[in-house]
Amino acid sequence: MELGFEVIDLPTSDHPEPGDTAPDFTRPLVGPEYWADASLSDVVGGPTLLAFHPMDGAFPATYMWNAIDDHGFAEDVQLVGVSASSPYEHKDLLEERAEGARLFSDPDAGVAEAYDVENHLDGMEGVTEHRPAVFLLDADRTVQYAWVADEWPAFPDYEEVAAAIDEHA
Amino acid sequence: MTDSDPQITLYRLQACPFCERVVRVLDDLDVAYDSRFVEPMHSERNVVKRVSGKRSVPAIVDGNTGVTMSESANIVAYLERTYGDGGAA
Repeated sequence: MELGFEVIDLPTSDHPEPGDTAPDFTRPLVGPEYWADASLSDVVGGPTLLAFHPMDGAFPATYMWNAIDDHGFAEDVQLVGVSASSPYEHKDLLEERAEGARLFSDPDAGVAEAYDVENHLDGMEGVTEHRPAVFLLDADRTVQYAWVADEWPAFPDYEEVAAAIDEHA
Repeated sequence: MTDSDPQITLYRLQACPFCERVVRVLDDLDVAYDSRFVEPMHSERNVVKRVSGKRSVPAIVDGNTGVTMSESANIVAYLERTYGDGGAA
C-alpha cells in the first residue's frame, strides 16, 4: 500500500514454506448450514486454499474474502478460512461473502500459533488473532505456495495466488 | 469426523437442554457420535428439516440402523432400546 508513511512491521514468521506439510489441526468448521468439528486432513481432498484472516467484521477480513470471491478461486480450489471468530460470526460472514468457502473457528489462536501467524492485537488486551496469510495446499497438505503478512495490515498479491493456482491446481 | 467416523450424527443447538439430555445418554451408552451445531433461529435450520422432516433439535441420524428421529424422549428411548443392555445393536 502507498500511504506515504511506514506501516507497522510484524515479527519474522517461521511459517510453513513450499514443500512443507501444512500442520494438521481440528476445530469447528462452519458451512452454510451447520458446524462440526473437522480436521484439516479430513477436509483437504484436493487443491485447497487455506486463508487466515483477522476476525470477522474487521475490514481486512472483508477485503480478503471480497477479493477471493472476485477472483473466482472457488472454481478451481477448495476454499477454507480460519479466524478467531466464533461459529455464529462465521455464519454471518458466509451469508454475505466467501462463496463456497468453509471457515474454521480458532478463538484461542492455537492454529495461528502452529502456523506462526499470530497477531497479538495492540489495544485489545488478551486478544490474539491471525495475520492475513494464504497457503495453497495439494491433496497431501503439501504447501505449494505460501504468503504471510509481514506488515499490519498487508494483503495477499491475488495475481500471484492466481498464478500459483494455475500452476498447481 | 473424529473418533473413526461414528455412524450417528446428532443435530444440536448449543446449550439446548434437550440436546444435552441426548448427549448424556449417548455418553452413558458409550455410543460414538458426530455433532452438527445449528442456528438458534428455527427458520435457519433447513438442514434439519431436510434430514428429519422437522426443524426441531435434537435430531439424530443413525447410519447403523437407517433411523432418523426427533424429540429427545423418543431419541432416548430409541438409544436405550438399541444400544442399551440387551439392545439390538
